[in-house]
Amino acid sequence: MSSTTLTLATRANASRRGNKLGRRLLIISAWLVFVLFLLLPLLIVLSEALKQGLGTFFSAIFEADALAALQLTLLAVGISVPLNLVFGVAAAWCVSKYEFRGKSILVTLIDLPFSVSPVIAGLVYVLLFGAQGFIGPWLREHDIQIIFALPGIVLATIFVTVPFVTRELIPLMQQQGTQEEEAARLLGANGWQMFWHVTLPNIKWGLIYGVVLCTARAMGEFGAVSVVSGHIRGYTNTLPLHVEILYNEYNHVAAFSVASLLLLLALFILLLKQWSESRINRLKANAGEE
Amino acid sequence: MSIRRFALAALASALITGPVVAAETLLNVSYDPTRELYSDFNKAFNTHWQAQGNAAVTIQQSHGGSGKQARAVIDGLRADVVTLALSGDIDELYKLGKLIPEDWQTRLPDASTPYTSTIVFLVRKGNPKGLKDWDDLVKPGVEVITPNPKTSGGARWNFLAAWAYAQQKFGSEAKAQAFVGQLYKNVPVLDTGARGSTITFVNNQIGDVLLAWENEAFLALKEEGGDNFEIVAPSLSILAEPPVAVVDANVDKKGTRKVAEAYLNYLYSDEGQRLAAKHFYRPRNQAIASEYAKQFPQLKLVTIDKDFNGWKTAQPKFFNDGGVFDQIYQAQ
Repeated sequence: MSSTTLTLATRANASRRGNKLGRRLLIISAWLVFVLFLLLPLLIVLSEALKQGLGTFFSAIFEADALAALQLTLLAVGISVPLNLVFGVAAAWCVSKYEFRGKSILVTLIDLPFSVSPVIAGLVYVLLFGAQGFIGPWLREHDIQIIFALPGIVLATIFVTVPFVTRELIPLMQQQGTQEEEAARLLGANGWQMFWHVTLPNIKWGLIYGVVLCTARAMGEFGAVSVVSGHIRGYTNTLPLHVEILYNEYNHVAAFSVASLLLLLALFILLLKQWSESRINRLKANAGEE
Repeated sequence: MSIRRFALAALASALITGPVVAAETLLNVSYDPTRELYSDFNKAFNTHWQAQGNAAVTIQQSHGGSGKQARAVIDGLRADVVTLALSGDIDELYKLGKLIPEDWQTRLPDASTPYTSTIVFLVRKGNPKGLKDWDDLVKPGVEVITPNPKTSGGARWNFLAAWAYAQQKFGSEAKAQAFVGQLYKNVPVLDTGARGSTITFVNNQIGDVLLAWENEAFLALKEEGGDNFEIVAPSLSILAEPPVAVVDANVDKKGTRKVAEAYLNYLYSDEGQRLAAKHFYRPRNQAIASEYAKQFPQLKLVTIDKDFNGWKTAQPKFFNDGGVFDQIYQAQ
């Protein structure tokens, strides 16, 4: 008896030691991957950008075409993210609060942009709105420019960022169920009051998290936007496209300077994300206690 | 609330500071290696245009692989003028889009090609593989960098230059096809445009030789310093004639015909020709060409019209779906 317990104990000890080793190895390799594949390239971007000093760095960022690209990027984000927010909330609401036919198809379709290559997304709009496309001739007659202009860039951005808000909200809203809303209705709240005072506060942090992810992706989108942009410098080039142009013009320092501007914007968004994530976790913990 | 307010503020600020629309704008849709040329030329043209008592014009530029750019104009990119790599691409504007008349090429001197160029080899300093002529490119172990002829105009000139060499040397089309097929076996990457290939060769250090526009090769030497590369002129190459055209459907809609025509005509002026030469294009104007004769290597040049019966024959034969290039590439 005693000998068996002893061997069991040593075995447990050994496996714990093994676990410890395994854990260390895993942590080290995670760090290694992080440093080699993420941190190092980012540092290279920064060091290349600052190679010729702060003066060249700032002159690349404040150059007219770069500023126009920044403006266009912010404008595209400023239009597409609010639209995605409204659509995302509406879609998540439908899916999580109602039962209807074709619901699973709708949920699958919302995920479509994750699986479709962004280039295809862009080409779809060219086929639809291009001069040779489906409604192109009508658009031309009425002098409406969709692709190779701001509307096309916004459409392409919306297409690739549609799932972010919805995907974030559906599990959250499903978890919360409909009880609180039902209670609000019983107490006499109208639909809008219920949404504003019950639903929205409940999903607030999840919503912010989704919006932040959506913004990050919208700012960095290259493929889809590249197809519909027309690459008119100073007019239809977004920041990522501008980086490519500068790089192709042997203008490495400027390319990396503008790239690091994108990087700074991304880092800022990452901080926002971290903050909203922590708020969500706190919310979940509170819900668990009750 | 705060989210909404933030979004509104962001939107409002973006709208207020959005791109300012100038009185008259001209969009020049061009191919890859002309970026530097037109950035200089646009300034010169604006000075000239204003000196004639006109208001300043905002000239917008778009660059990319020549075939891809033509496609964008057909799809609705509102170019006032196109300055592409070869007339075959501008022909498509007539064929697919009816944006220009069929005889567009007769509207300006020299078949609407204000400057020419040719195809040369760019090799690494000291020419370590000893690449002197087209024969050397088909040897095993030589890596050749050239873009995709489907999307790049320069790549089509490259292809035809190699073809012309083989045809003259071996005397038959079948042998020329075998030779060019051998050459493309040595191509590790096909970029979509000439500039992409240059970056692959110069910055990413891939390949032993870049088949390049002469102007692109000189520019690479200038930008990256002459210490790392040198230009090799093969015994025979092709006269590359990049054409220009006003896009009638667009200028008539926008009311920019006058400035668009003046813009292209200015390419033929002495100053336009000098700017072309400065950016390593061969000027059409003989007097100015002789001023710059020293900077260009002398080599035997075939032409698209005499040796290939023009782009109208060469494009479908070699580069359309199922053409010679497809046969070569699918065979691999």
